[in-house]
Amino acid sequence: MQDRDLSPILSVQNLNVRFGRNAIAAVSNVSFDVARERIGIVGESGSGKSTTGRAIMRLLPARANVIADRLDFNGEPLLEKTEKEMGRLRGKDLALIMQDPRYSLNPVLTIGRQIAESAKLHLGLKGEGAMAHARHMLERVRIKDPDRVLKLYAHQISGGMGQRVMIAMMLLAKPKLVIADEPTSALDVSVRKDVLVLLDELVRENNSGLILISHDIRMVAAFCERILVMYSGRIVETLTNLEEAQHPYTKGLIAAMPDPRRPVRRLKVLDRASIEANIAP
Amino acid sequence: MIKVENLDVVYGSKNASNHVVRSVSFDVGRGETLGIVGESGCGKSTLLRSLAGLERGWTGSIAFDGKPVGTARNREELKLAQMVFQDPYGSLHPRHRIGTALAEPLRAMGLSDGWSEASKALRQVGLPEHFANRFPHELSGGQRQRVAIARALILSPPILLLDEPTSALDLSIQAEVLNLLADQREERNLTYVLVSHDLSVIAHMCDRVLVMQNGIFVDELTKADLAEGVTHAAYSRELFESSFL
Amino acid sequence: MTRTLQGTQAVQPPGMTQRFWASTSRVIGKLADEPLGMAGFLILALLVLIAIFAPLIAPYDPARQMLGDALQPPSLAHWAGTDEFGRDILSRLIYGTRITIQTVLSVSLIVGPIGLVIGVVAGFFGGRTDAILMRATDIVLSFPSLILALAFAASLGAGLGTAIVAISLTAWPPIARLARAEALVVRNADYVAAARLYGASPLRVLFFYIAPMCAPSVIVRLTLNMAGIILTAASLGFLGLGAQPPSPEWGAMISSGRKFMLDYWWVAVMPGVAILLTSLAFNIAGDTLRDLLDPRHARS
Repeated sequence: MQDRDLSPILSVQNLNVRFGRNAIAAVSNVSFDVARERIGIVGESGSGKSTTGRAIMRLLPARANVIADRLDFNGEPLLEKTEKEMGRLRGKDLALIMQDPRYSLNPVLTIGRQIAESAKLHLGLKGEGAMAHARHMLERVRIKDPDRVLKLYAHQISGGMGQRVMIAMMLLAKPKLVIADEPTSALDVSVRKDVLVLLDELVRENNSGLILISHDIRMVAAFCERILVMYSGRIVETLTNLEEAQHPYTKGLIAAMPDPRRPVRRLKVLDRASIEANIAP
Repeated sequence: MIKVENLDVVYGSKNASNHVVRSVSFDVGRGETLGIVGESGCGKSTLLRSLAGLERGWTGSIAFDGKPVGTARNREELKLAQMVFQDPYGSLHPRHRIGTALAEPLRAMGLSDGWSEASKALRQVGLPEHFANRFPHELSGGQRQRVAIARALILSPPILLLDEPTSALDLSIQAEVLNLLADQREERNLTYVLVSHDLSVIAHMCDRVLVMQNGIFVDELTKADLAEGVTHAAYSRELFESSFL
Repeated sequence: MTRTLQGTQAVQPPGMTQRFWASTSRVIGKLADEPLGMAGFLILALLVLIAIFAPLIAPYDPARQMLGDALQPPSLAHWAGTDEFGRDILSRLIYGTRITIQTVLSVSLIVGPIGLVIGVVAGFFGGRTDAILMRATDIVLSFPSLILALAFAASLGAGLGTAIVAISLTAWPPIARLARAEALVVRNADYVAAARLYGASPLRVLFFYIAPMCAPSVIVRLTLNMAGIILTAASLGFLGLGAQPPSPEWGAMISSGRKFMLDYWWVAVMPGVAILLTSLAFNIAGDTLRDLLDPRHARS
């Protein structure tokens, strides 16, 4: 058991993504391994963090040119899989949680039907059994009145509830790796924490790996064992906690956050010139 | 500077009415920054839009600088308070050049043709003057928000209403925009009302914070309260804890 | 936009010509990526040139009758053959582009502004204004356009002018509906709220803020409509209610060629091909224009 935990589920070596004939790579030479652990990718818009996540899921548009020395999931190269094989993998072993769950859920099926479908697919349950299981799953993700929610459509539920439903569906498939792309940025502050705690709990329970992609460095630091900091398509630093930050970009980012416990009149802003100078070409 | 008494906003008719803002009263001193924090749907944006004059369906009383203002405003009343919106992509007209966008308030008010003020306004928010010839889509989100701030300030209003001015921006850009707002406040002795769901932004900018839930204020915190983490209501405690993981 | 300025100022309103060239070159640059769209625009440009230089291009006088040469098949002397009066069909087609282009442009110039203004006013002001304008639109929309055009053409007397008026009367409602739908979205935008905050008058908001946002889709819709206009004009011509003989209107040409169609196919087919190509070119151009002007439909 211990032995298996250390072997990487996902191994990325020199991932490069380029869009069309664009001269600047969206992601360049990104390498990291994910074992059964929680890692975070932080960066600002345009840093390539979401592109990295989508490249792993193979969800980038056709004009994106993805090259990697290695992009192995569970020991199998992802880039060599056909679209059909990827489709099977995405439902089962590789899960993606996106920013707004209301766009990820099917708008014409009730929540109950969708979870039941997932139960049929992954657990081989039928009819009543699948629906009963769906109800049970909603209870598991701490939805207070599961019977009502089962009958609702995606547009009738709140963002936090939608994210719970996504987590419930994901949990049925017991994926080996979960990629969560800004899972809480569309949610209200008080709901964010609950959703993250739930996600964390279920990932631990299933013994899955988690890649949490976010712009919020504090949140990522609180939930992940390792933090990859991305800036203009590169990983500039890998941290286990914020105090060890060395790179001027990471330090600048932390200093730019307002902190009520340390009130200042003006916030520190990033010195982009010195950051550019610090990035190895 | 701002005095609000028993402000109510109700949407819809009798049967399906939705009481969004429930009889709130507060005042803001000259040069003070008041923060209103709350989650989506708590009524904070509706409250701000009522102050601005965009929301017409309110009852109660609002007074700027001792002068009561109604639901429909004349030009002099409009000049007292301007607003900065959340989405820097939606608040500038996509087919107006930056120079036009900045000159528009002056032209619409019939004050001048605005071109000379536009270049000055750009400089004040830290943007080069040649940006006046650009279109909004040629600017980054932070630059657009600077333009939006410049546009709101071009009529020299004593009050600026800020609706989540940085929530669509990256963290490092947020710091720059917040600094710009702090500098302008100092330079022009502006009064701000800042609405946000982000307690850390509110705490950084504001002298006083009102916590809003379901259309009413449940708590009032001072700067010292925020620094020490003191709260007076269960809801603000919850908000406080989930804001700083 | 061109205003006289006093004193020294760094910021100048950019000149119209400079802007025009900048946007034109941008559009041509984008067009180069879409060969089909380019082809559509090239055909249209060709048509306009043919219409302008018709007297120079046409090998014969379109009205000259040579009864000895009647119903000749396509040959080197008459590329598209001759009709029952021995008139050269190619020359008639070339002169016919003038009528077609004239019809299409006149209808678009009448319908575009009317539809845009009605739609934008209805969408922006809402309430009773909206209800009245939209019900009027619905009423016109409920008439089959060709039948209404027929009625008008019949009551006002046949001719190109009445055909244009008749088509225009039935072509504006779709444009108005489209402009209204756009205006409904745009009027809730933050930049419109900001404009209200700095005291812009409703008319200023309507024409300086909302109308420019609705114009691109109206232009696209108009271009796509042009194919329909050509067909309606041709139908009216076919029924004898459009341009009157001997003017070389394509629909009228098909109508007169119909009698000989089985034995002398080219008399009816040649104008048919001209109508087909022209309406196809307008459709392709409209589609491409939508991709260029309307980012929501842009291909990734």
